[in-house]
Parts: sequence; C-alpha cells; structure tokens
Amino acid sequence: MAVIKINSTNFEEIKKSEKKVLLDFYADWCGPCKMVAPIIEEIAEENPQYVVGKIDVDDCPELAIQFGVSTIPNLVVLKDGEVVNQIAGARPKPQILKMLEE
Amino acid sequence: MSVYDMIIIGGGPAGYTAALYAARAGLSTLLLERMSAGGQLGLTGTVDNYPGFDEGIDGFTLGMKMQNSAERFGALTEYAEVTALELNGNIKKVITDYAEYECRTVVIATGANPRELGIAGETEFMGKGIHYCAHCDGRFYKDKTVAVVGGGNSAAADALYLSRLAKKVYLIHRRDTLRATKIYHEPLKSAPNIEFLWDSKITDFITDQRVSGAEVQNIKTGEVCKISLDGIFVSIGRKPATEFLKGIIPLDENGYIISDESTKAGIPGVFAVGDVRTKALRQIVTAVSDGATAVHYAEEYLAESE
Repeated sequence: MAVIKINSTNFEEIKKSEKKVLLDFYADWCGPCKMVAPIIEEIAEENPQYVVGKIDVDDCPELAIQFGVSTIPNLVVLKDGEVVNQIAGARPKPQILKMLEE
Repeated sequence: MSVYDMIIIGGGPAGYTAALYAARAGLSTLLLERMSAGGQLGLTGTVDNYPGFDEGIDGFTLGMKMQNSAERFGALTEYAEVTALELNGNIKKVITDYAEYECRTVVIATGANPRELGIAGETEFMGKGIHYCAHCDGRFYKDKTVAVVGGGNSAAADALYLSRLAKKVYLIHRRDTLRATKIYHEPLKSAPNIEFLWDSKITDFITDQRVSGAEVQNIKTGEVCKISLDGIFVSIGRKPATEFLKGIIPLDENGYIISDESTKAGIPGVFAVGDVRTKALRQIVTAVSDGATAVHYAEEYLAESE
C-alpha cells in the first residue's frame, strides 16, 4: 500500500484502523526526514498488514502537539488507536520494522 | 558468490567519493549504508563550504548527488548495517544483518555521530527537550527558551540559528572563550537574546513529562543555579561510529581509526576515510579527498596482491 498523507480531517478515520498504524511526522525542510522517507515508503509497499501514514508538522501542528513531537522525523506506532511505540530521529529499516512487530 | 574488488561501509561524502573513483576505475564496487545516502550531511542545513555550488546547496541534496555520481559508473548500494568483519587475508568478509559479502579491499567510511553529554535521563528525554540537531528541531522552539551546550563552530552556528527563532538562547560552555572561529563571535555577542554562561556545565536535567530546565554549575566557583528551559541542544562534538570495529582494527583513545593521509588503516587492503579516522580537519572537502586517496592505494594494493 502507498503511504497515506494524513491531516486532521482523515486522522480520526486512520486511528480507527484494525491494522497497526505507523505515523511518520516530517517536514519539507528536514534532512533526516528526507533520509527516512524512502524507507517508510518501502515499508508501506512491502507490508500490507500495516497502515502507513505521513504527517507534515507544518500543516498539522495540532497533531504534532497531540503526540508530543518536538524532534522530526518522529515515528509513532498505533494499535487500536493507542500509542504503543514512539521513536524520535531517523532509524534504519530493520529498527522501524522491529518497532512495528513489538 | 562473487568477490567484489571493493566494499565501502558508509554512504557519506567519503564513502561515495571512494565509490565514484573505484567504479570509474573499473573496480567492482559495493557500498553498504545503514540508512540513507549523505551521512551527517543530512543533518546539515545549507552547505556553503563545498566548492562548486555558488549559492550553497542543502545537505540532503548534496548527499543524493554524491550517490548518483557513483552509481552512474556502476557502483552498487545495499541498505544494511554491518555487524561483523573478517579483514585478514586476501579475501575479506563483510557480514550484514541480511547477507555476507566477500571482497579484496574494504573502505571504512562510517563517519561520526553527535557526542552525548552523558547525564542521567539523556536518552530517555531525547526528542522530549533534548536535541542534537538544531536545524532539524529548532522550529519547534519558536518563541521558547532554549540552551545550546558547547563552544565550537557547530554550537556557535546552532546558537545563532536558534536565536532567530527562540525567545531566548543560553549558550553554556565549559570554558571562558569560544573555540568557534572568529566569524561567529561578533554576531553571537550582538544577538540581543543570547546569554553566555561561561565556565559552566549542565549537571542535571529538570524534567516533568519532558525537559523543563537544567541545573547548571559554574566550574570555577562550584556554584549551581537552576534555569528554566523548553529545550536543550547538545553540540559538543562528535564520536566516531567505530563500536563494531573494537578489537578488529587499531583505534585511538577517542575511538577514531588510526590512519594518516594515505588512509591505510593498519591491515593490508583496509582503508579508513572521512570523519572516522584520525585527522586534523573534519570537513566534507577533506572527506571526499580521503575517498579518492583510498582508491589510489587500493588499486596499488590490488595490483601488488595479484
């Protein structure tokens, strides 16, 4: 599946997903975000068992605040709408997959 | 299994320059990168001191350009972290979390990461008020109060950058003068919202759900004061990414691979390039220079060992 662009309008719907959700908080001006973006896309393509979304912190500051994001990229795993894992900073692919599996 | 002429570990400027020179010279070349091209470049805003870009270039784009330059001549990139190495003998082994590779020469270009303060709670509150990249996270501190720890060029640049966003910036430095080059001194002093805390170090974080302040000690007087902070930006230098090389390759007391301008790393056919080796000046231009030098000596080594 492709990475879904998330905003405050579609977020509530995404949150209700029965699948685990991976959220990638990013901004266009952030180098490490650009580094991690292709990894997030690969994870989305290769793992239909997850819902993968990206959130632009400039467009959706309220979501960034809700998840206490003050470092980007910021990766959040949701299960049944609850945060089960959260990591600040760019990470290699195996580590992100592990976050999802935990 | 094919044997590569060269495996390069790390895809920053030094690694991709080695890949460019090696592939262009006709060597079969594989580069292993744990995350994505660019290395520390990805953490940099605009790069103004790499020649050829007369209006500057952003670090991420420069990293991608270096990757493309090498891949244009047939260098391959695999995304995997190296977990083990066998460097002795003519055929060397490089083992990642996915596969095992064989090669004749190894170039280590793993670079360096930000050095931590080493204070309790630092890892726990990383991203919750403790930061290592002002250009990445500074914008979350618009009109807030922050501290920059350090006195070198990157600390000075971070403090200036943050002073344009934040309400107030404390610059906490353990000496009474900056190590940063002169170009920074005047702008720092004339910034109305930067306050210097000389001869000082953070001894403890004050935390709630996130960082809310710090205890700062004056090293000379021993006096401790508490300051309220929304964020702390740590900029006290780098530590080389050589944990996986301990006991395999000679390192100096700070963890850098012991080498010189030849980039030879103490084992025949093994080279160290860029920030990961002992050197006077760690810059993009000196890193790319290392990449070319390593390939020069690798070709010499390959010719001799045939």
